Amino acid sequence: MTTSPATPVRARSIADRLLHAIATPLVPDDYLDLIAPLRSGADLRGRVVAVHPETADATTVVIKPGRSWRGHVPGQYVRLGVDIDGVRHWRAYSVTSPHRSGDGHVSITVKAIPDGRVSNHIARHLRPGTLLHLDHPAGDFVLNGHRGPTLFVTAGSGITPVMGILRNHLRELDDVVLVHSAPAPDDVIFGAQLRSWQEAGSLRLIERHTDSDGILTPDELDSLVPDWQRREAWLCGPTAMLDAFEDHYAAAGLAERLHTERFRPTVITAGEGGTVSFVRSGTKTEVDGATPLLDAGESAGVLMPSGCRMGICFGCVVPLREGAVRDLRTGDLTTATPEDDIRIQTCISAAAGHCDIEI
Amino acid sequence: MTATATATTLTTTTPTSLATASKQGSLNSRLSSSQTARRYEPKPSGKPDPTAHLSAEQVEALARELDELRQQVFDSRGKRDADYIRTVIKWQRGLEMGSRAVLLFSLFPPAWVLGTAGLSIAKILENMELGHNIMHGQWDWMRDPKIHSQAWEWDHASPSELWKRSHNELHHTFTNVLGRDDDLGYGIMRVDEDQEWRPAYLAQPLVNFLNACFFEYGIAAYDMDLGKRLREKTTDDPRFRVDLRNTLRKIRRQMTKDYLVHPLLSGPSFFPTLAANAVANLVRNVWTHSVIMCGHFPEGVETFATESIDGETRGEWYLRQMIGSANIGGSRLLHTMTGNLSHQIEHHLFPDMPSSRYIEIAPRIREICRRYGLSYTTGSLPRQVFSAWKQVVKLSVPNGFAGLASLRRWSTGRVQAAPA
Ligand SMILES: Cc1cc2nc3c(=O)[nH]c(=O)nc-3n(C[C@H](O)[C@H](O)[C@H](O)COP(=O)(O)OP(=O)(O)OC[C@H]3O[C@@H](n4cnc5c(N)ncnc54)[C@H](O)[C@@H]3O)c2cc1C
Ligand code: FES
Repeated sequence: MTTSPATPVRARSIADRLLHAIATPLVPDDYLDLIAPLRSGADLRGRVVAVHPETADATTVVIKPGRSWRGHVPGQYVRLGVDIDGVRHWRAYSVTSPHRSGDGHVSITVKAIPDGRVSNHIARHLRPGTLLHLDHPAGDFVLNGHRGPTLFVTAGSGITPVMGILRNHLRELDDVVLVHSAPAPDDVIFGAQLRSWQEAGSLRLIERHTDSDGILTPDELDSLVPDWQRREAWLCGPTAMLDAFEDHYAAAGLAERLHTERFRPTVITAGEGGTVSFVRSGTKTEVDGATPLLDAGESAGVLMPSGCRMGICFGCVVPLREGAVRDLRTGDLTTATPEDDIRIQTCISAAAGHCDIEI
Repeated sequence: MTATATATTLTTTTPTSLATASKQGSLNSRLSSSQTARRYEPKPSGKPDPTAHLSAEQVEALARELDELRQQVFDSRGKRDADYIRTVIKWQRGLEMGSRAVLLFSLFPPAWVLGTAGLSIAKILENMELGHNIMHGQWDWMRDPKIHSQAWEWDHASPSELWKRSHNELHHTFTNVLGRDDDLGYGIMRVDEDQEWRPAYLAQPLVNFLNACFFEYGIAAYDMDLGKRLREKTTDDPRFRVDLRNTLRKIRRQMTKDYLVHPLLSGPSFFPTLAANAVANLVRNVWTHSVIMCGHFPEGVETFATESIDGETRGEWYLRQMIGSANIGGSRLLHTMTGNLSHQIEHHLFPDMPSSRYIEIAPRIREICRRYGLSYTTGSLPRQVFSAWKQVVKLSVPNGFAGLASLRRWSTGRVQAAPA
């Protein structure tokens, strides 16, 4: 699940061996985690320091990361594991805080989406003191040394990675245009800060209020930002907007000028059956919605682990990297995304859409 | 370590999984509860079918009722349950380390007594409420990679991977099916009249006592099928080699911890600490053995003919679980100390339900059993232990008068063919 760089196997010190011998069959970390979950060397976690609303549906969460935190590059996101009703859910959120804030805290800003499990939990129930699970920051939506003329196009919560960049690099950038869309003035996340930068002349802010002015289309760029072609551009917003701008830039032969961040890279819609990929064995097969994935894999010649074939032994559990499955006994749906893969029992799960299975 | 263990299982279980694929029709049948006919495979003893009074429709209705009950509980799993298991983990680890700290001074008798008692309880909790239940996948729904059936390793001679295979897969799928469920007498004892008697069974009270004392090693041995391998001289099988190596490594680590590292840390208290560990392991072994014996051996528990499970439906599987298991009645403390295996019937119906919920559904299962005219075997711990031991002793000799006849037949070399 976490992608840790391969650490060379170092000869363990005598003290370390002793600790392992004392703790077996557990490992020393299992005991230390109970006492000092944020210590260095532990799995990365963070403690919520503060939760405050930004707009009616956006909330900023300030987190004190554990000592293993390696720091982030502005514009990157962090994966967050939140326990809701006892179940851990992982979601990605862009880091919005200044890079070198003296206290070492990081913040993220979350917009509650309709029926969104994690975003609504964060908005309504998350309290200071809560322990969250973190992953190291990742992502290439970063300036990467760029200092020339810049264009940011954002919409809704898409402002978050750009805010992370602006809070850290605005002083080094002397020609910045930000086109930001939100339904109405009050919905603009970080509205006050952005407007004060505009007043101070640090950037040129173009607010687009879509309730009254409609959705922004790429061909409006010519009138809004006449010199857009010579600007390096960073975009973050809904899928439709990103697609439209990518086409526009490609048509202008400027695709490499454009950097995008997709909050929702793949849309998983649950249906009946689908294409199942067994990632490691490189096998692909079409399956209907009534065949257990275990049977589907075996018929396709994949060496599947198995046991009881009736859902009670957990001998068939494999990670579902991405996709949707339906429990053949109960009809319950489970969806997995690259941010939140889930281990499933293949003997009682049928494909409910495309599935990438790690085996 | 987990990674290599998983890799090992993949390569070692694959041949069987492909072999079972050919039989998948019959095994997958348990995913369905639709029931069109009843049937009964008679057992050699000629005992009547305890479910003969149920029609196909009734068995199907029973399956639906149990599925619904399961769904209700599964839908209501939440923070309360997650907090419960994490609290038990915290207490168990605290108790274990606390007891081991006290044992550093075990030269001093009160410290020895206190530390040994604490360590025994910690080991029991670890094996039963934690290890057994977590490895059943009861807590996988939390998606906590550490409290997960694929990751948990327990304080026991048998490596978790191996134990899960023999316990979760074979015992829970083929519960009490003669010839398929090795837990039935662990392959070394006769616990049912329908098992053919052999003179070796005369020693089974002693065998059972020794098995209780060294239970974890007994389990490790039959998790890797040691007895059969030795009998059939197939110990050079590559899969067995891997199992053996993993088991020996696990035993070495366990022994080093209990009988070397912790005693050495105790310095002058070396021998008292070593003894404390030995006693704690013995207490844990006898306790778990007793609880498990109560689950399937007492009088009133049914066994099933080998052929009876071909094409078995979900309802038939449920039936087998209900009348093939027995509960232990008692206090909350007793339930916790048995890892809620005191609710063996509920556990066998829903092996992946969080153990803390069994107590909640027990009255409903009991009511369902009553309504469908099925036995619901339960009794206090002493009563069930006594009853199970009585069976062990009784079945060490041939069945009644017929048994005497079989003894005579045996002595004249005309052994009755065993059921296929
Ligand atoms: C790299 C990256 C960075 C991100 N940064 C941020 C951030 O800074 N702030 C922020 O608020 N969110 C961000 N997200 C989105 C975030 O990870 C979650 O997807 C979002 O909070 C919804 O999660 P949920 O559990 O509330 O919704 P779910 O319960 O997962 O979904 C509820 C419904 O909404 C749909 N849905 C899921 N995600 C989205 C989405 N992004 N847009 C529209 N519909 C969706 C689902 O298909 C489903 O129908 C980022 C995502 C990625 C991949
Ligand atoms: S094979 Fe037993 S749970 Fe899937």
